[in-house]
Amino acid sequence: MISGRRILAILRKELLQLRRDRMTFGMIVMIPLIQLVLFGYAINTEIRHIPAVLVDQSESNLSRSLVQMVEATQVVRFEQHVATVAEAERAIVRAEVRAAFIIPQDVAQRLVRNPAIGSRFADGLQEVEARPIAQWVADGSDTLVAAAIRSLRGMPLGEMFRDSTNTATPTFEVTLFYNPEQRSVVNIVPGLVGIILTMTMIMFTSAAIVRESERGNMEMLITTPIRPVEIMIGKIIPYVGIGLIQVAIILGLGALLFSVTVAGSLWVLLLVTLLFILASLSLGLVLSTLASNQLQAMQMTVFVLMPSILLSGFMFPYEGMPRGAQLIADLLPATHFMRIIRGVVLRDAGLMDLLPDSLWLLGFALLGLGLASLRFRKRLD
Amino acid sequence: MSEAVAQTFGLTRRFGDKLAVDGLDLAIPKGVVYGLLGPNGSGKTTAMRMLTGLLTPTSGHAEVLGARLPGDAEAVKRRIGYMTQGFTYYRDLTVLENLRFIAEIHDLPARRKRQRIAELMDTYTLHEQANVLAGALSGGQRQRLALAATVMHEPELLFLDEPTAAVDPESRRAFWEQLFDLVDAGTTMIVSTHLMDEAERCHRIAILDRGRKCADGTPRALMDRIAGRAVEVEAKDPRRIGRALSGKEGIVSVAQIGERLRVLVTEGTGDPEALVREALAGHPDAAVRAISPNLEDVFVLATHGRDQ
Repeated sequence: MISGRRILAILRKELLQLRRDRMTFGMIVMIPLIQLVLFGYAINTEIRHIPAVLVDQSESNLSRSLVQMVEATQVVRFEQHVATVAEAERAIVRAEVRAAFIIPQDVAQRLVRNPAIGSRFADGLQEVEARPIAQWVADGSDTLVAAAIRSLRGMPLGEMFRDSTNTATPTFEVTLFYNPEQRSVVNIVPGLVGIILTMTMIMFTSAAIVRESERGNMEMLITTPIRPVEIMIGKIIPYVGIGLIQVAIILGLGALLFSVTVAGSLWVLLLVTLLFILASLSLGLVLSTLASNQLQAMQMTVFVLMPSILLSGFMFPYEGMPRGAQLIADLLPATHFMRIIRGVVLRDAGLMDLLPDSLWLLGFALLGLGLASLRFRKRLD
Repeated sequence: MSEAVAQTFGLTRRFGDKLAVDGLDLAIPKGVVYGLLGPNGSGKTTAMRMLTGLLTPTSGHAEVLGARLPGDAEAVKRRIGYMTQGFTYYRDLTVLENLRFIAEIHDLPARRKRQRIAELMDTYTLHEQANVLAGALSGGQRQRLALAATVMHEPELLFLDEPTAAVDPESRRAFWEQLFDLVDAGTTMIVSTHLMDEAERCHRIAILDRGRKCADGTPRALMDRIAGRAVEVEAKDPRRIGRALSGKEGIVSVAQIGERLRVLVTEGTGDPEALVREALAGHPDAAVRAISPNLEDVFVLATHGRDQ
């Protein structure tokens, strides 16, 4: 029979030990706090002010106003002026700049032949083959930077002549829900809940059990009538509380600093967060039965944490990943939680809308607990 | 002798290629302190772990308090106490917190818990240290805390793995006083040790060497069994005499104890004194006399010869 008194004894002991471990206690609060502020301000998928080098071979009034127009988009910032293309390439190699803007000598003629501009002059000119008026060379290794430079390809030139000849009527009307101002932080705050919980929950539980074996306490515990499941439950409960505190810190600060407020119901939020915490804790328990010391437990945590950050949809959209990566991502509790938490916080999704992912987390938690209890033996061999 | 509270039948445990415990047959009578005497690595701890259900024997079995091991380990765990080698309670909890934790783990009701903790703090003089972290206690105090926690649930059978290896002689005396109080109250104890003075305090001992039992009985009987085989030699230059003696026919071991040499002879030697004198014919200054053997002699004779 499971004894409530024994579970309570383990729970109380964990809390006492946690209270004496000032460093860990501090980390519980500081990890979400610092990481939220850091990532909230730092992560920005909208690229601005890419350093660039200018190669102006025409040195004309026209080229100078073209440069001003490009700078006005705020996508790039010209940091250097050089005379030749070779020098520009070297600047890219040395990573002093990420892109080079090359304005050819005949920029004026090219501009006149450009269909967008040329139409206002003589009709006959349109039959001459039009060529781009200038060239961008960019370091394409970072796809985000490359995409930003590419966005300049079709830059409207009408302003040059103080009218809007080529501001075409859009083919499609686009309306952006939930994040109309396109702030990256809106997506990051709820995502960070998943990442920080993955990290602390798995790490704390795996280390908590391994620590007992490492210090020999487990040898004493297993000679008492305590049951494995009592140890597991007693050890998990304090960390459920810690997980909820961390969620409160992240979402509270998210609302305060970045005005990312919870759109959905707080009860649904509590429920799905508990599910995710339980899933992460049971994963931590399974790892603790595999690791034989705290260093190994830590390494296993990092092994789970890295894909949780990169594949869960926190950094890059899940939909953009190849099928194989999606299959791996589906094994991680963080992937399912990422969808759920963004649903609740941003889209006011109800429990029914989130059912498949919620059930998956529940299943994962139960499976993990079962597996950990099976693997945990009250024996030394 | 009353009925055995614990018995082993060909108990064997193998770790890889190594036989840690090899066909051990023991019978531990009720109400005694039973010593397992042996050097490090002789299988004492492994034997204890099998008797407490922590390790599964490779072959053989044990009967502890009427339950069969392997198999019925959980039933045994409520009725035994196991004080491990080294301190395995929580160093980051205070004395009182540790005792409370153990009481709750044994499911003592609140009233009984308070009463039992107060009793144990009295018996083991822990009141002054009640709120000291266990990690900050002295070796002797920590040992008292470990014993108090181990007997929290009043076990009938107590296992103590090298209980006083790390404490000073005075604490050791006091600790054994407390063990005998428990025996008076009806507890049976199995104590592992490599210390002769601890072994001498046991009612019965079994000598283990490389996983095997070499001898068992009361310390007195074991010493009587080798009566007449110990000889003491006193000489000006004991090291030189020692070298002259060792390896001679009929001589099992020569050990220097300060100024003197302690010589043990093979079984069945008619006149050990004469044998030693004869071997020392070239050293007229050496004084030879028969002495009564001690437990260390028993140990040396029981384990000798297994190297060859």
